[in-house]
Formats: sequence, structure tokens, C-alpha cells
Amino acid sequence: MIEVGTILEEKVFYVDRAMLKAYADASGDQNPIHQNEEFALSVGLPNVIAHGMLTMALVGKFVTDWAGGPAAVKEFSGRFVKPVIVPADQKVDLTVSGVVSEIDGDQIKIDLSATSAGVKVLGMSKAVVVK
Amino acid sequence: MLNPDSVGRTFAGAESVTVSQSEIDAFCAVLSEDNTSVAPPTFSIRITLDQSQEILSNPEIGLDWSRVVHGDQRFDIKRPIVAGDTFKCSSTIESYKVAAGNEIVTVRSDLHSEDQLVASTWSTLVVRA
Repeated sequence: MIEVGTILEEKVFYVDRAMLKAYADASGDQNPIHQNEEFALSVGLPNVIAHGMLTMALVGKFVTDWAGGPAAVKEFSGRFVKPVIVPADQKVDLTVSGVVSEIDGDQIKIDLSATSAGVKVLGMSKAVVVK
Repeated sequence: MLNPDSVGRTFAGAESVTVSQSEIDAFCAVLSEDNTSVAPPTFSIRITLDQSQEILSNPEIGLDWSRVVHGDQRFDIKRPIVAGDTFKCSSTIESYKVAAGNEIVTVRSDLHSEDQLVASTWSTLVVRA
């Protein structure tokens, strides 16, 4: 039974440089801050960072897995509060959690949160799904 | 700086874009999504990012893409995108403000297939001072 307050089981995704390259090719976003460490450092970043939209795509996967498939999502939003930092030869976590915040007919609203290395990376994130 | 006359205006992309199954497959593969019959909810960014970037690079608008950071993102999905969809994209500059020297621009991009609105995306972009 789904009701307001129902918790979606937390899930951990792992992000590495190979995933950033694959996402760059799949999305068309080839900004070098997501692939080239030297370039990322030169513009004042701590290291290569993940595409904000990759973070959001993975949070979207969390939602669609729960909701029963990629066609279920009607609305989806979020704010990129901190970058996901991806050092070479490491897998960093993206830990996603959610809770049902509203039910209106067949539409279920979910409040979402994502952290990496204990730091909140996606804030004010909500999805509306039809399950 | 953004030309203030651009705010509230809608700019249409010149060409239509057709989605292929291989593009959906590649996007799904990154996410380990096995169901490739429809595109994942954030797939439309593949079309709108490119298109809005091209549209808003018009010198008359004056947005400096080299200093853009992505602030917020929102999707409104009327129906899932499928392979074979052909979209016309238009971008509207919905709001603009300057805070602490940074320009904050919200751009809505609409994807129409035939005359049907399939998805709208809102991207809030911060142009760093």
C-alpha cells in the first residue's frame, strides 16, 4: 500500500570516469569538465565532475524502477547544489532516497534526495509518477 | 550580458530532429535500463540542450555559453519519447535576473511532434561573473 510517507528503498549507484564518457556520448554533452582532469582543475574545480544531468538521469532510474518503468514519469525536477566529484580510477557513490509526499488520484508525488561522499548533490528534487 | 529584449521571446530551432533507437539504447545503457521501448525521462535533454544552445548562441541574444553552469532542471512529460519521433524545438527565455554579478536565465524548451507538445524542459542557467 502506497501512502503519504511511504519510503522508497535507498539505492546506491556507482559513478566512474567510464560512465561519464558513456554519458557524454549518449547525451551529446562533451564539456571537458566532465572528462579532462587538467581542464577541470584549470577552471577551478576540485577534479572532474559528473554531468548534473547524469545525476538526474540516475535519480530518474531510481524513480522509474520503483514506478514500474520509464513511461511512468510525468514531471521531474531538481537543483544541482554541489557537484559529484569523480577522481580517476575510482567509483564514487550516488546514494538516492525518496519518500511519497502527495497522492492525487493516480498521480504520486515523490520527494527525492541524492548524496555523493556524504554531500548533498541534488536538492529540491521531486517527481510525479503514475503507477 | 543578455540582451534584455530577448526576455519573453521564443526562438524556433531551424531544423527538426528525429530520434533513433540507437540513441535511446545508448542513453539506456549508461543507466543500465533494460526497457528500451521508450526513452528515459531525462532523454529529451539530448535534443533540447543542443537545440537551445544553438538557438541562444544567436549574437542578438548575447548569452555567453562558455561561462554557463547548470542550476536547476525541470521536465514536464506529456508522453514518453519513442524512436522515430521527429521534433521541432523552440526555446523561450522565461526569466532573467542579475544577482551578485551572475546572470541567472531560465529557458523553457518545448518539443513538438507534428502539432502535439510532447515535453517541456526548463533549464536555469547561471552565467558566472
